[in-house]
Amino acid sequence: DDEDEKLTRFPVMRVDFSEVKVPLIIAIWLVTACIAKMIFHHIPHLLEMFPDSSLLIMFGLIVGIILNVLHVDKSTFNLDNEVFMLYLLPPLVFDAGYFMPARQFFDNLGSILTFAMIGTTFNIVAIALSLYAVSLTGLFSVEVNVVELLLFGSVAGDVDPVAVIVIFEELGVNDVLFISVFGESLLNDGVSVLFYNIFKAFVEIGPENIITQDVVNGFFAYFIVCFGGLAIGLIFAAISAFLTRFTKDIDILNPVYVLVIPYMAFLVAEALSLSSIIAAVFCGAAMKMYVKENMPERSASATAYLIKVLSLSSETVIFLFLGLSTVSSDHHWDSSFIVLTVVFCFVYRALAVVVLCQILNKFRVQKYSKVDQFILAYGGLRGAIAYGLAVALPNFPAKPMFVTCTIIIIYFTVFLQGLTLKPIAQFLQVEKKNEHEPTMTECIYQELIDATMSGMEDIAGQKGHNWIRENFKSFNNNYIKRILINKEAQRNMDKTKIVRLYRRLQLQDAQNLVKVSGDLSKNQVFVDALLQHTKTRGSRGNTLYSSRVSFSPHDTMEQHGIVDYDIDRSPTRSIERTRSDPLSNARVEIRLSNGQHIV
Amino acid sequence: MLNISYNVVRMGNSSSLMLRDEEIEEISRETEFNRNQIVRLYSRFLSLDKKGQGFLEREDLMNVPELAVNPLGDRIVDAFFTLAGKDDKHLNFRQFVQVLAYFQPIDKSKKNQLNDRSKKLKFAFMMYDLNRNGYITREEFKVILNSMVGANITADQLDKIADRTIEEADADQDGKISFDEFCKAMEKTDIEDKMSIRFLN
Repeated sequence: DDEDEKLTRFPVMRVDFSEVKVPLIIAIWLVTACIAKMIFHHIPHLLEMFPDSSLLIMFGLIVGIILNVLHVDKSTFNLDNEVFMLYLLPPLVFDAGYFMPARQFFDNLGSILTFAMIGTTFNIVAIALSLYAVSLTGLFSVEVNVVELLLFGSVAGDVDPVAVIVIFEELGVNDVLFISVFGESLLNDGVSVLFYNIFKAFVEIGPENIITQDVVNGFFAYFIVCFGGLAIGLIFAAISAFLTRFTKDIDILNPVYVLVIPYMAFLVAEALSLSSIIAAVFCGAAMKMYVKENMPERSASATAYLIKVLSLSSETVIFLFLGLSTVSSDHHWDSSFIVLTVVFCFVYRALAVVVLCQILNKFRVQKYSKVDQFILAYGGLRGAIAYGLAVALPNFPAKPMFVTCTIIIIYFTVFLQGLTLKPIAQFLQVEKKNEHEPTMTECIYQELIDATMSGMEDIAGQKGHNWIRENFKSFNNNYIKRILINKEAQRNMDKTKIVRLYRRLQLQDAQNLVKVSGDLSKNQVFVDALLQHTKTRGSRGNTLYSSRVSFSPHDTMEQHGIVDYDIDRSPTRSIERTRSDPLSNARVEIRLSNGQHIV
Repeated sequence: MLNISYNVVRMGNSSSLMLRDEEIEEISRETEFNRNQIVRLYSRFLSLDKKGQGFLEREDLMNVPELAVNPLGDRIVDAFFTLAGKDDKHLNFRQFVQVLAYFQPIDKSKKNQLNDRSKKLKFAFMMYDLNRNGYITREEFKVILNSMVGANITADQLDKIADRTIEEADADQDGKISFDEFCKAMEKTDIEDKMSIRFLN
């Protein structure tokens, strides 16, 4: 309308929000979500009782109600499925993959796959068929057929990685338990994506028209979805690692490669209707060890920080919008359907966990105890992905009922299970995570034990985990790393964990020594820095001449012409959740008596 | 997968190579392996004993191809033979199984003689303590460290790492690590799970 009106007078100022509407709304919501989170942090004791996610949902709910009362257009605060799947989900999933404890993941891979594939399939089918059986009695207010219910099952039946990350993180349970639930929530995406696509297609084809061929195709698609997703993830990881190999002088490009290429992996997998979550996760996990070597320290920490920022904001927005969307979606409340679904979800999950654990325990070295099994069953949380899938369902009569039910299930798991999980875990004395930094001793003996156990397995003639791990390590070192890591890093690379840990500990020592105003001459990092300086800058006016100097403990720094020193410690990421190793950047700055600076 | 025959296995005419049922019973009682596991290990024993002597020598074990490329290969074989007992050069089947029993997963409810935590740690300790005097000295430690990371660091760095590690664990400051100090240093490590093998049936 404005364009059609001819200007009669020149306006001093024009107000035209439609141009900036979409980005502005996004920005406003993002800031609102962060302000909400800030408010929660400042209210004492609130976070001890309620996990972040539940508070954000409630906040979203309240804001949604207010906006609704004010008759604000619902589309401004409805979570569009496309936005969710394409923009909000990838950072979270990539973060999960990049910081995943890879060793525990592979050690427990068999169990994780069992839960993810067999467990999830069982859940989906059982819930759907039970609901179908009940629907035959005419209890539900809307007509549903089997295929639609199977579709609903694939929405409501799987554990959600977002919810698991958020809630289990604050629990701090031991690694094996965490990785079992978390690994399951990641890999079951393969199953749920598949079932969702299959049944969505079946609904479109029309249940009467399905022939055996369709079912058989579906069966094969099972494997293609998962392995295809994995393959895509690995290919893009290799590309990303390879590209970072050549960024030596322009290391500012590194974060771009590390962040954008996995995103491409996600999108490509999505386009091929493979599992995009699996692609992104494995891209992150695979790429990490090569990319980290190719980047200088500051690039690596900047990238890690950026990943965390993106995933945290994503998560905040997701939960806020879950609250908002409760108000803005089309609902249809059917009490019996909702109650039955919730009950079935619980019951079948518990059943699946118990039965599968019995079977798995026959093969596992570290068995799942009864307490473990309870946490595994109780920790089967549903989250935002379920909502996204529900909203994206094709428009058949039962859809609003499904959407409402999904939201209720999510509320149920986030509030009931989320709130009570921590006290229950404490009550049952679940083993907590081992939070301490490994000492040199532990690190060395760890390597020793790995090599020993690999040898023992060889003697006993069995190819177990240790054999696989050690063989992969040598293959990795001899072939893959040669291709993907740049030449200079290869030469300087501390190929083993031991040396890397040693360096890290020395750096920490340097910082500690300075705090106590101690004698730095004993610290190797300090000595190295000094020697490096004398080698490269020449010894003009300097008391050090030779390139090989050893300090005796009794030398003081004045004797070596060092007047003052300062350690500037750039802030470690003070984010509430640090799932990776703490990175600290320490710069040692020394002023020599001749006025020169060493950094 | 190895094809397991559950009957008595005979090789050559030497009667010492037959595994009698009573022997299986005894070994099972001693080591807590079940019958199938023992028979399977016996198959393995025979395949390692290429000369058909009825016992294993050091070279028999070193002939395992993966062991030859393992940086700690010879140390493992040494520890194996030393733990087996009296005769340092020959390993019969019973001793073979006894040492492997150390690496059974620990059933936390039962208190088992052969495979509990201290026995596993003892094996690890023996890998370092080359002269078997009950202490790990700085020199012995450097030897092991060298075989694990030697190619990648300078001699100086090796010294420093060794020094630091010894310092960390050396409670009584005598410059060497005793078995007790070793156990204390490994307190927080999950030895029960890390030093266990799942023996197949």
